[in-house]
Amino acid sequence: MSVNTVKCECGHINHEGTVLCEACGKPIKGNQHIDGNDDKRVLEMRYEGSARRSKTYKRTIVDKIWAFFSSVKVGVWLIIITLILSALGTIYPQEPFKNSPLPASQFYEVEYGLTGKIFYQLGFHNMYDSWWYITLVAMIGISLVICSLDRYIPLRRALKNQKIKRHPTFVKRQRVVSSADSISDESFQKIKSEMKKKRYKIKEEDGHIFAEKNRFSRWGPYVNHIGLIIILVAAILRMFDVMHVDDYVWVREGETRVIPGTNQEYYVKNENFSYDFYDAEEDERFREAIENTSEPIPKDFQTDAVIYKVKGETVIGEEPELEEIKRGEIRVNHPIQFDGFSLYQAGNQMESEYDSISFSITGEDGEPVADFTFDTDEAPYQIELDNGMVVRIDDYYPQLEFTDKGPSSSSKFPRNPGIIFSVLENGQEEGERFFYLQEDVIGLSDENTMTMAVSDIETRSASGLTVKKDYTLPFFLIGAIIFMIGVSQGLYWYHRRIWIHPSDEGYLVGSHTNKNWFGMKKELSEIFEGTEVKEFKDQNELK
Amino acid sequence: MDYYEISSNLLNISFFLYLISIVFFGAILGKNRDERQKSKVTKIAITLTILGFVNQLGSFIFRWLEAGHIPVSNMFEYIYFFSMCLIFAFLLIHFIYKYSILGLIAVPIAVVLIGYGSVFPTEVTPLVDSLQSNWLYIHVTTVALAQSILAISFVAGVLYLIVKVNQEKSNKETTFLDLILYFIVSVVTFIILTFSFGAVDYEAVFTLPEEESLSEVTYTLPALIGPTDGELETTDRFYTGIEAPGFVNGPDAARKLNTLIWSLATGLVLYGILRLLARRRLGAFLQDKFGRVNPDVVDDIIYRAVAIGFPLFTLGGLIFAAIWAQEAWGRFWGWDPKEVWALITWLFYAAFLHLRLTRGWHGKKSAWLAVIGFGIIMFNLIVINLVISGMHSYA
Repeated sequence: MSVNTVKCECGHINHEGTVLCEACGKPIKGNQHIDGNDDKRVLEMRYEGSARRSKTYKRTIVDKIWAFFSSVKVGVWLIIITLILSALGTIYPQEPFKNSPLPASQFYEVEYGLTGKIFYQLGFHNMYDSWWYITLVAMIGISLVICSLDRYIPLRRALKNQKIKRHPTFVKRQRVVSSADSISDESFQKIKSEMKKKRYKIKEEDGHIFAEKNRFSRWGPYVNHIGLIIILVAAILRMFDVMHVDDYVWVREGETRVIPGTNQEYYVKNENFSYDFYDAEEDERFREAIENTSEPIPKDFQTDAVIYKVKGETVIGEEPELEEIKRGEIRVNHPIQFDGFSLYQAGNQMESEYDSISFSITGEDGEPVADFTFDTDEAPYQIELDNGMVVRIDDYYPQLEFTDKGPSSSSKFPRNPGIIFSVLENGQEEGERFFYLQEDVIGLSDENTMTMAVSDIETRSASGLTVKKDYTLPFFLIGAIIFMIGVSQGLYWYHRRIWIHPSDEGYLVGSHTNKNWFGMKKELSEIFEGTEVKEFKDQNELK
Repeated sequence: MDYYEISSNLLNISFFLYLISIVFFGAILGKNRDERQKSKVTKIAITLTILGFVNQLGSFIFRWLEAGHIPVSNMFEYIYFFSMCLIFAFLLIHFIYKYSILGLIAVPIAVVLIGYGSVFPTEVTPLVDSLQSNWLYIHVTTVALAQSILAISFVAGVLYLIVKVNQEKSNKETTFLDLILYFIVSVVTFIILTFSFGAVDYEAVFTLPEEESLSEVTYTLPALIGPTDGELETTDRFYTGIEAPGFVNGPDAARKLNTLIWSLATGLVLYGILRLLARRRLGAFLQDKFGRVNPDVVDDIIYRAVAIGFPLFTLGGLIFAAIWAQEAWGRFWGWDPKEVWALITWLFYAAFLHLRLTRGWHGKKSAWLAVIGFGIIMFNLIVINLVISGMHSYA
């Protein structure tokens, strides 16, 4: 890019495409159409009439792309398109939330009919990680960068080069202006002290006064854009699996399990799982609310967990040696944290498994013979009773179901155990047989003399824990903080300037604020009240 | 009297104080009105509003004492808190701009909101486990405050449109403005309908075919549209016999559609009556009443409300929300419908702020945008909570 220059009559050398001289503000001939100053009384001051690349160079393809992305209009369109698409994506649940065993290809049509089918065929069911959605967001990102560079660099240069003495046209063509035939020294003192009170920085040269404050507010948009770019970069980083761990583990009460996603390095033990629901009897003030809902209102789910770390090297096939590193409760809103990992209380299977089942055997005469307990985890081959008898476990089905081939188990988890026992006396091979199923015992033969009954059942719960580790979180947080700083900086402070310009026709007074003219006018009337300066005129008032 | 009763009574008092203040705000619309001058009527109207606010705040505090947690945990409580914030935001803007005429729009909207909120169950509810966090206090209150300040831009926008839309002959703008007014009227008739039929315990039970997830659905308004394949169980209840078409999914959807039709239909009747009384479009009628308003100041209020509301919404609705989501669910962002709509709200107001940089987007266009923005906020509050289910469907 060759940089041509334009020299202003004040002697300042401006870049090609400059609309208002950076130093004195005089409109540069032939460039006024760029900011639309031709047919307007008030000069466009948004970017100080500085030379923006996008408005100056329009020849090569690079120029055109640059001009495209630096346009606010394009940026707004990108935002609007993203907004509309995002909204369309919420019409029906996204695929991960569809909560149905049906595949997506059938689910949307079966559940929502034709509109559902269209939703699916357009790919809206996986909108937020589809390539076109990501492309759209990426284009917003590019637009953020180019928009900011296109404006920030020349704007900074213009504000740095501004002189105290301006061209009279520049002052006259500001939005809110005034004039005075003469200003007494007394009035000057009053004006300056009022300006100081309002924290203006005052510069003087040959009777010209230039008061300025809060220039930093002009950088607000660029600062907040940096924050957004950091967030988008963090989002890109997060697409890589190494940047975060996202796993799930079920742990039964009493069980110790390796925590997935930690390279077999950490283990978690569920010592106890407890849960609580609101009770209308206990909580009188909530009675009405509790009675009005058909489902119980959850109060608390809690896993008492112990976290272990593997000590030393693990030898394959051998039980690792574990060292307790943390102990505590995991509750909703209160994850447990260790070495950058977090475990969240996410799911539960309440009393879903049988931990142990106790039986009592009664003789023919009704006299108790013996008691024993069957532990589902140990599932022993046989149990020796106190009186010398032996209970042999002939078959054990943790999750009993009946198929064409007879009883079998659909899983190894004791959710619905079925057990076939033989009660053996004094070394016999055959004995009386019983079948335990569904919390009841039936004799398998009419000739049984003894009876067996369930005397106690212990169930247990399983706790579902999500495992999380995310290296990108700090980036998101920093991005968010920078964004908030930038937004506040840009919106809550106003860059304000006042020029007092002595000329042949008397004093010209011009003022500029980047926003909040209402406040500016108030400030002006306070500063110039009681002086010779006439009432300020807004040359741009809405009609 | 227990805390709950004190709270309800204070809320009723504040409701009536607001109603009376509207009368005084209306009285400001005199012929020789000068906005800058404090008239006696203005003072009374503002004082009544402040009194109403103090009562509502008291009601809020007593409800808090009763429940043992901040009362922003269900639909009634949120809308009620939101309306309180709206009054607060109005008072705030009033003390900056001394522009009391805004009250004639802001206070009625707060009143309609309170009425609408009261349609939902008002008893105190226990906090489910996922809401038991300090972030409930921080996240929800910031969002409510932010949305209420954004709502002020809507209030100012409506004022701007009432004054500036050319009412000489019917055009697109007059139609849309009257459409907004018609919607507000429909909400009012919805509230009236709900409470009238509620007062007589109107119920019509439909039994549903077996394959539905619910076995029955109870209508609290006469059934214009019944659930698909539903059987009216209750005798002596009105039913047109028209079943909901297939695309209305689920039995509860038919009930909601029925309520919607009732609201819109009765709203139309009330709107028609008002229009007959005014003998012209409601927008034109209001324009005559409101008379001269300084458009520059109103435009500035629209912008300023967004300038304050937008960062606050970013903080509460996105940043605090993400931090809480990370703590509660282990993911700071999950594309839950409520989250998506918070993002949509944010994008919309971001677009609004960028359009302010473009020539020609001040004034009327900004006012229309402010109206649309409020529409998005209400959509997220009402439709997303009640129609589209997600992790935020607490009500």
